[in-house]
Amino acid sequence: MTAYILQRIFQALAVMVVVAFVSFLMFNFVGDPVDNMVGQEASYEDREEMRDRLGLNDPFVVQFARFVGNAVRGEFGISYRLQRPVATLISERMPATLELVGASALLSILIGIPLGVYTGIRRYAISSRVILTLSLAGVSLPTFVIGILLIYVFSVNLGWLPSFGRGQATQIGWWSTSFLTVSGWKAIIMPSITLALFQMTLILRLVRSEMLEVMRTDYIKFARARGLPDRLINFGHAFKNTLVPVITIIGLNVGSLIAFSIITETVFQWPGMGFLFIQAVGFADVPVMAAYLVMVAAIFVAINLIVDILYFVVDPRLRVDRTVASGSGE
Amino acid sequence: MALLEVEDLRVEFPTRRGALLALDGVSLEINEGEVLGVVGESGAGKSLTGAAIIGLLEPPGRVTGGKIRLEGHRIDTLSYEEMRNIRGKKIGAIFQDPLTSLNPLYTIGRQLIETIRVHMDVSPEAARARAIELLGEVGIPAPERRIDSYPHEFSGGMRQRVVISLALCANPRLIIADEPTTALDVSIQAQIIALLKKLCREHKTAVMLITHDMGVIAETADRVAVMYAGRVAEIGPVKRVVKQPKHPYTVGLMGAIPMVGHDVERLTQIEGAMPRLNEIPPGCSFNPRCPKVFDKCRMERPELMPAGRNAEAACWQFDKGGRRG
Repeated sequence: MTAYILQRIFQALAVMVVVAFVSFLMFNFVGDPVDNMVGQEASYEDREEMRDRLGLNDPFVVQFARFVGNAVRGEFGISYRLQRPVATLISERMPATLELVGASALLSILIGIPLGVYTGIRRYAISSRVILTLSLAGVSLPTFVIGILLIYVFSVNLGWLPSFGRGQATQIGWWSTSFLTVSGWKAIIMPSITLALFQMTLILRLVRSEMLEVMRTDYIKFARARGLPDRLINFGHAFKNTLVPVITIIGLNVGSLIAFSIITETVFQWPGMGFLFIQAVGFADVPVMAAYLVMVAAIFVAINLIVDILYFVVDPRLRVDRTVASGSGE
Repeated sequence: MALLEVEDLRVEFPTRRGALLALDGVSLEINEGEVLGVVGESGAGKSLTGAAIIGLLEPPGRVTGGKIRLEGHRIDTLSYEEMRNIRGKKIGAIFQDPLTSLNPLYTIGRQLIETIRVHMDVSPEAARARAIELLGEVGIPAPERRIDSYPHEFSGGMRQRVVISLALCANPRLIIADEPTTALDVSIQAQIIALLKKLCREHKTAVMLITHDMGVIAETADRVAVMYAGRVAEIGPVKRVVKQPKHPYTVGLMGAIPMVGHDVERLTQIEGAMPRLNEIPPGCSFNPRCPKVFDKCRMERPELMPAGRNAEAACWQFDKGGRRG
């Protein structure tokens, strides 16, 4: 097992190096940073001096090594637009995004899984058909439409919930949370629903189809033939066997929640990283974009690593196969 | 009184073009401690009969007629929950593929203990002790260690032994074994059949052995029911059926078994194929393929009738009252 995890960590590092390389390339190909820094009238000598000072005339490899070295320490330079360190900008914005993503992930898991199990077991019930039909809306409606609809109904017409921002945030160390104030809770309701809806319906439909699949297997048939109660068969035997694919998808989804949060954050003016990123794109603020890219990749890779480890916990077959494989390799 | 009596059992599958009659009046009996072999081609209704008896027909299939009695009590009218108490406790079942019959995520011990505790009011420790004892009985070496292994850590034959111990763990009166050896290596098949037979004799458990392997039936069963197109064609003691088959279908079936020492160019075969469920001919369903067919066979459907000593066959040639030809 340790060998397997080490191998996975090594692969994760390799992925991160590639991502770092791509985001490093942005500095070189998305415009010339020197153009953004010096005025139109700057002479060629001024520009060259600037390039020397910024290390842009160093060999390619040296520049990349410097970039990675800085990135590992969390330094991504100074934002062109805001003239502040990117690391500070991101650490200010990260809590808002992570809280939004966390709330959406919980929402989609806590609602999606039970409904998926239910519709998988009660396959022909009318309630299952209703849930499935409604879930189609969740899969097919684009995120921004849902967000704007919610704003229209609950902010514009009913005036119950705020249409933008994250309410009153409380600072705890470097983390700012909106879960400690009423206005914060009110503000997160609509964005988290907007963001969660697609993932929720995806999880629901996945769990349902996996349940249908497992319910047809011989071991479920044999469990019934042994007279085990339905509760034990459905949750003990069937549901646990759906977990491997479900964990995979949930893991990937948490990653894509972060990606999708760009849209939701824009719709709700949520002061998170996605909003920061959109603004950075508008101004060709390469350091911010590069840092965002590296960070989202890091989160994806970390989640995948966790998912890989969870497989072990769920499925005993993996544990053994690996020991055998590593045993024969020695 | 027989342990299990199946009388005129009918199973239908509703389709858009009307109901398909998959079992059309199946009748058979199984006595205490007896091994009844059920043979027939694929689609003859062997497995469906087994599934209908334990109340686990795959929807949309359903029982639309007939009676099933266990120890004299109707069980086809019981609710799902009442039937659940019969399954495992009174009637056990073993399926074809031991590789997929066990839940891969739980140790075999957990699956045994869980089943024992559902049917018997015992402590987890007592259930574990019983599970170890059962595993020993079915021939798993070092059961006290192997009980905590996962299914994938056993070979196919060993897994089928575990499956047998699971089917036997609440001491059922009857075991329905649906092709228990088909998925296994030939060398293992004999061992598993011998084990099943030995255990059932020791526990006085009756067995309904569903297979298409006449060799297995001949070695194992006391009586045999031959099924064709959703009906029982012939039923009787296994020696008699093998040596003196009565129904023309059984005659053909026995003729198709190659014998050691008889060199033949081609194996005898029955002309044609078993009809599909929506194309069953009127009269006897075997009549288009039957070498002894006469007019009545094409019009009226024969029920099981006495066909000599120890023999019952659904064939008009044994109809004493009726006219021939």
